[in-house]
Amino acid sequence: MQKLGDFKLPHFFNYPPYFTLQPVRDTREKQVQLWKELILDYCRTQKIFVIGLEEEFPLFSNPVIERTLSHEAREAFLSALVSEGRAEWLDKGHRKCLILWHRIQEWADIILNFVKDNGLEDSVMTVEEIRSGTESRGTELSGIDRTILMRALKLLEQKGKLAIFKGTSADDEGVKFSI
Amino acid sequence: MAAGKFLPPVELTTSGRPVLLPNEIECSLLSSVDLESDELPAFPLLKSGLLILTTHRLIWIPESSSTTTTAASAIPLSAITHIFSPKKSLRSMFASPRFRFQLSVSSDGRGVGSGPGSRSVVVTVVVRGKGDSDAFYGKFWESWRARVWESDVVVSSSSSNSQLVSGSGSGSDSGGLYTSQGTLRMAGVSGILRKEQEMWESTDKSLQDAFQDLNALMSKAKEMVVLAEKMRLKLLSGTNSQTGATADEEMGSKQEMQDWLLSVGIASPVTKETAGALYHQQLSRQLADFVRIPLEKAGGVINLIDVYCVFNRARGTELISPEDLLQACSLWEKFDVPVMLRKFDSGVMVIQNKSHSDEEVFARIKTLVTKPDTLRSGISASDAAMTLGIAPAMAKEHLLTAESKGILCRDISPDGFRFFINLFPEIDPNGVYSVLDIKTASLKAH
Repeated sequence: MQKLGDFKLPHFFNYPPYFTLQPVRDTREKQVQLWKELILDYCRTQKIFVIGLEEEFPLFSNPVIERTLSHEAREAFLSALVSEGRAEWLDKGHRKCLILWHRIQEWADIILNFVKDNGLEDSVMTVEEIRSGTESRGTELSGIDRTILMRALKLLEQKGKLAIFKGTSADDEGVKFSI
Repeated sequence: MAAGKFLPPVELTTSGRPVLLPNEIECSLLSSVDLESDELPAFPLLKSGLLILTTHRLIWIPESSSTTTTAASAIPLSAITHIFSPKKSLRSMFASPRFRFQLSVSSDGRGVGSGPGSRSVVVTVVVRGKGDSDAFYGKFWESWRARVWESDVVVSSSSSNSQLVSGSGSGSDSGGLYTSQGTLRMAGVSGILRKEQEMWESTDKSLQDAFQDLNALMSKAKEMVVLAEKMRLKLLSGTNSQTGATADEEMGSKQEMQDWLLSVGIASPVTKETAGALYHQQLSRQLADFVRIPLEKAGGVINLIDVYCVFNRARGTELISPEDLLQACSLWEKFDVPVMLRKFDSGVMVIQNKSHSDEEVFARIKTLVTKPDTLRSGISASDAAMTLGIAPAMAKEHLLTAESKGILCRDISPDGFRFFINLFPEIDPNGVYSVLDIKTASLKAH
């Protein structure tokens, strides 16, 4: 099976029409569905949080059959993810897209579990520690995108599970858990 | 023998000019012309008359200096079945120019016509006057070929494929080498002088012809003015008390008025709304007949634009406009003809045989795209064109239609615009990592 790094590509990745935005409605629906799932799977396994449309994204090209998704096609598939709540545009020009292979709510739950698993219910941590500290190594939180992390933390703050406070420097925000 | 018995008579004005039929236009004339037919005793003696060629008839009028008492008569161009090329022989050089045509006469030999049992006789036109007989002959061909009279006739006829012949039959000098006595004028200064005179007379006659065309144009303009006036009056009268059935039949609805406005460019009477203009009916039938052979050659489907070109080229004169063509095709729904107009989603319009089946085309396309090499690389419009035996543009339309039905899907790349068998329905979204054998999937698709 063809691979992209250590990611196993599906067989239909070699079907040339897969890379042309189909005009016929039923065909298009199926195509969009396949691409949505492929993008999510790939991002999840490769821990990719942001896709830049104008950058080279390995998933969007297949050099074996010499096909590349057009800009229009990329935007169409990512917009479909956005409509489903599985992605968000980071700019009005739709040049960068935040991929939520876990929804914000799911990340929030992962954080809660992380806190419980490590007995951090009443402690204080910096935001940076959550994403790159020793405790998070090997967990899903390791290397999480900062924007997503902040959104999940804010969601938990609204629920009263923690409090976010500013630290001594601009990027040294901290979290006081009160779970 | 009185001509009135055999040839249709011609009404003359008080000044001796012929009364023309509606739409009839004069084209050319020759003086001192004999019309004779050796084969038919019933054919009248027409000697030394003025021969006028119109779009509808050959009119022979006795010249005032003529001693014969035969009345003015006409030969309808519609009764002419063939025009012979003038023979160029040594003998013809010394004689008056002449040409012959074949005339259809009724079985009892009593009149002109092409009914059952009719036969053909040869009529000879002998030009004894000084006119340009070659130019007249050329115009004779054109008028006969143009078949203007058919536009006026209700009975459908299907002879649009007239022979294509070059204009003037012979290549000899205008002005000619003959005197009215038939002697060859060649020698000396007098010969040159005579040649000069001939040229002047020929020019003079051309001017005459030109003015006659102008006259014809003027009478058309007069018709337009009459029409416009009629319409104006009707529009003004609008909701008057005469709202009976007859008024409706006469005028019809506002829609008909609009159609009438459109048809002012065409010399045709507007009848009922549903029947459409007579002109278009005729054209519609002619077109259906004409298009049969080109359709066969093109594999059953032709682009409408190509039909427009080919049809007009065959007509030669009296070209039709694109609107005429479109209207003629849309009238086919009302007749029982084996052809139809079809509009693709892309807007391309074609004419195709009614028997041309889409399903059959799709089956052939499917077979083509599921071959081992086309499974991998797809097909282009040209590939499909070769298999289907039709033009690439037509093939593309079929491919696009097959795509819209979900049979094919597209692949656009630097390699071009290609189509593949549509495997999307076969791909299992839940088994992204399952082994998908494209070949077995395509076999399932059959």
